[in-house]
Formats: sequence, structure tokens, C-alpha cells
Amino acid sequence: MRGLLEEMTEKALKRNVPLSVQLDLTYRCNERCVHCYLDHNDHGEMTTAEIKHLLDEMAEAGVFILTLSGGEIFLRKDFFEILEYARRELTFCVKLKTNAILIRESEAARIRELGVESVQISIYSHRPEVHDAITLVPGSLHRSLDAVRFLKSQGLRVVLANVLMVQNAQDYRGVRELADELGVECTLDPTITPMMDGDRSILSLNVDQGALREVFRDQSLVGDVDEFCAIPAPADESLLGSLPCSAGHTSCYVSPYGEVFPCVQFPLPTGNVRQQHFLDIWRHSDQMNEVRAIRMKDLTTCTSCTHVSGCSRCPGLAFMEGNMRGPSSQDCEKSFAKTGVPSANMLAKKRVAANLVQIRALPAMSGATA
Amino acid sequence: MSRLYLARNPRVAARSLDGEMMIMSGRDSTLFTLNKTATILWQSADGTTPLDQIVGQRICSEFEVEAAEALQDAETLARELASHEILQISEEPIPPSKATGASR
Repeated sequence: MRGLLEEMTEKALKRNVPLSVQLDLTYRCNERCVHCYLDHNDHGEMTTAEIKHLLDEMAEAGVFILTLSGGEIFLRKDFFEILEYARRELTFCVKLKTNAILIRESEAARIRELGVESVQISIYSHRPEVHDAITLVPGSLHRSLDAVRFLKSQGLRVVLANVLMVQNAQDYRGVRELADELGVECTLDPTITPMMDGDRSILSLNVDQGALREVFRDQSLVGDVDEFCAIPAPADESLLGSLPCSAGHTSCYVSPYGEVFPCVQFPLPTGNVRQQHFLDIWRHSDQMNEVRAIRMKDLTTCTSCTHVSGCSRCPGLAFMEGNMRGPSSQDCEKSFAKTGVPSANMLAKKRVAANLVQIRALPAMSGATA
Repeated sequence: MSRLYLARNPRVAARSLDGEMMIMSGRDSTLFTLNKTATILWQSADGTTPLDQIVGQRICSEFEVEAAEALQDAETLARELASHEILQISEEPIPPSKATGASR
């Protein structure tokens, strides 16, 4: 039986309703994570009044799930005013993403009182020396875990979000054990994304094929390893006519400066709520409608790929590589790590590389003498 | 017979999607959709309007049912919604501070 949320998402898709929005309240942060994709300087965040007005527009547009993220959301002095407005006045289903360093008993109690659905907290390792070396804030693991306990004691749903990178590749099992001890959920994301300004230097922090293979063959993470790592079935007509992702279809992202994008990982500017109504951008932006028009069959390279029906291809990462209809190399790497079969994109790159460095034997020079 | 007052539980999330009310429980994040009668109860649950008045003004006119029967059904439904912590019910008016704001 299909889940009710899936049913409602389908209904939202048919009615062109943005069911889910991530709103970053600030890019400022009290940690300096080595893999972070954001510029932490404040370039003119929306004011409290602007954010409340935006929330009104979002509620009118039908947004139900509102994820408040950043930067670090608790650095905004008006955070609880915004949260209270979103919950009490507009009855959004609110999820929070935070490093939780500033959450103590009183904040946890207030979050509980306001009926927040879940709090996702970034935890990179169970070992302070590893976690703190990633956040560059001494004592940050200790503070974040204290917050987890405060939130948990309030009966809140807490999720530890673990991003896998070179520095903590060996620690994901430790984080999962920690989550079990604390009685909270845990997610693992093996993808480091480029900076929002396009700088790709932090991609060097991505784990290698060996580490990816290990993760994808960990039964405690993926369940049936043979099934998870199997070569996917060939794509049929129904798959080729389907949508590549929910970005721009039932969800979108709004930056602290009011810019609207299809997703936090898809920095294609579609409009700014400081100049236009949120719903006008959602319905009428040429860029949003271009994203919306793409079907699986329109993807260059990927439609001919063995992995097309099982790939986690991210259109935003593809966009950041230069073509929103193209492949996302990081997802090609993941498909390769799962199955051992290179993607069409990897094979094409290999051919190009071979052409570039082709070495032909020189014709024999008969009669040549030294 | 005592009167019953309804208020929206401030811990739930709610939104109308194409006329259908989605509710997410604050207790365990279970998602519900409300039928037409339950939606009327939700929308009218301001903590001060008694159930019999809601039934008389909004349900009997909408469904052309006999008042006593409609009230009994509505009370059963309200208690069911309360068991899921979607509504609060009380024999006294419920102060506004304990109820959530208008939902869209």
C-alpha cells in the first residue's frame, strides 16, 4: 500500500503545489566545517518582517513541510519568533537542521513546546578529535551531543546527519553506534558538494572508490547487499517518461537573501521573493519551468547508461558540472562503486582521455642509421 | 447534557491541499487526511464554539441530516480525532493560548 505522504505528493505534483521548502535563515555559522559549500559572510539576510511575509506567501501557496536550515539557524536572534510564527500562526510541519551547539535545556523545551517535527544535527564522528577537526571548533562534539540529550529528553525526534569524507571515512559505524546509544536516528551521506559559487576545490574531500564500496556493502546500512549492488534493470518507457527528481516539482529552496532555487543543491536562480511573489516565481519562472520540463528520456548520456534505472543522479550536481540534462559524475562514481560497472559518462570520459593522449608508433624508418 | 468544546491541538501541522486537509500528528509524525466532516470540525475548533452549534450551523446545512443524529456522529468523530491528539476536547471553553492559529 502506498504511503499517504506519497499520495499527497502525487496530488501536489498534479496541482503544481510546492509541498516542501527548505528555507535557509542565515549563512552565518559558528562552525567552520572543512567541507561546507557556503560563504558565511552576511550579504543582506532577509529581515524578520520579510521572512514572516514570505512564510505567509508559502502557506498560501500550499507549502506544508518547511525545513529551516542554514548556516546555523540559532545565530539569528529572531529564530524563535520566526519558528513560533511558522508553527502557531501558519501550522507548517517544521523540521530543523542545526549543529545544535547553542541548544541547551531551555531551547530544547521551547522547540518541544512549538511542536517541531524533527531536529537534524550534523555529527561527523563519535571521536571528538575527528569531529572537532572537521568543524574546526574545539569541544563542538561534546556540545552537540549534550544538545541531542536535551532534545531527546523532551521527547523530540532527533536525527544525526553524518557526511562522509576523507577525514571520517572510518567512523560511520561509530556514529551509528552512538545514535543507537542515544536512541536517535542516523543518516549517512557520502557526497561532498561543490561550493554554491561553483568552486569545486572541496570535492577533493570526497571518499575514494574503496571507501564507497565498503559503505555500499555494509549490510547494516543497505540491507540486502546483493540486491542493493545489483546492476539495475534496463529502463522501460515508463521510467524514461518519469521525472528525474522532485526539485522544482513539489519542492524548492529559498536562500537567506530571498533567492529561490529548485533545490539547495541546484543553484539555478529562478527569482527573488524580495521582488516577486513566491507563488509567481514557483508557477511562472522560465528557469523553474525549464527544470520542470525535463524527463528522464531528455538526459544526455544517462539514457544510454546501464545505471539509468537505479542511479541516484542529482540534477543539481549535473547543473554545477555544466549541464542540468547531463550526468552527475559523483553519482556515476556511486553507481560504479555499487556494481563495478562503469557508467556511460565514465566510459565517454575515458574515450576522450584516450583520444587526447593517444600515442602512435612512428613508422619504421628503413635504412636509417644512427 | 453538557456541551463539548473543541480546539485544534497546537502541536499538529496542518495544510489544505486542493480542499483536502492534511494533518501531521505532533505525537509521532503520523500523517492523516481529514474527510469533509472532520475538516469542518477542524476548521471550526476555535475552543469557544460548542460542538452542537458547529453541527447546527455547519454540518446539518451541508449534509442535510437530522440534528440529534449528526451531533452524536460528530461527537464520536471528535473523540476519535482527540485520541490521535489532533483535537483537544473539553466540557469547558478552551483558552485561545492553548489552541493553534487559523490553518490554511
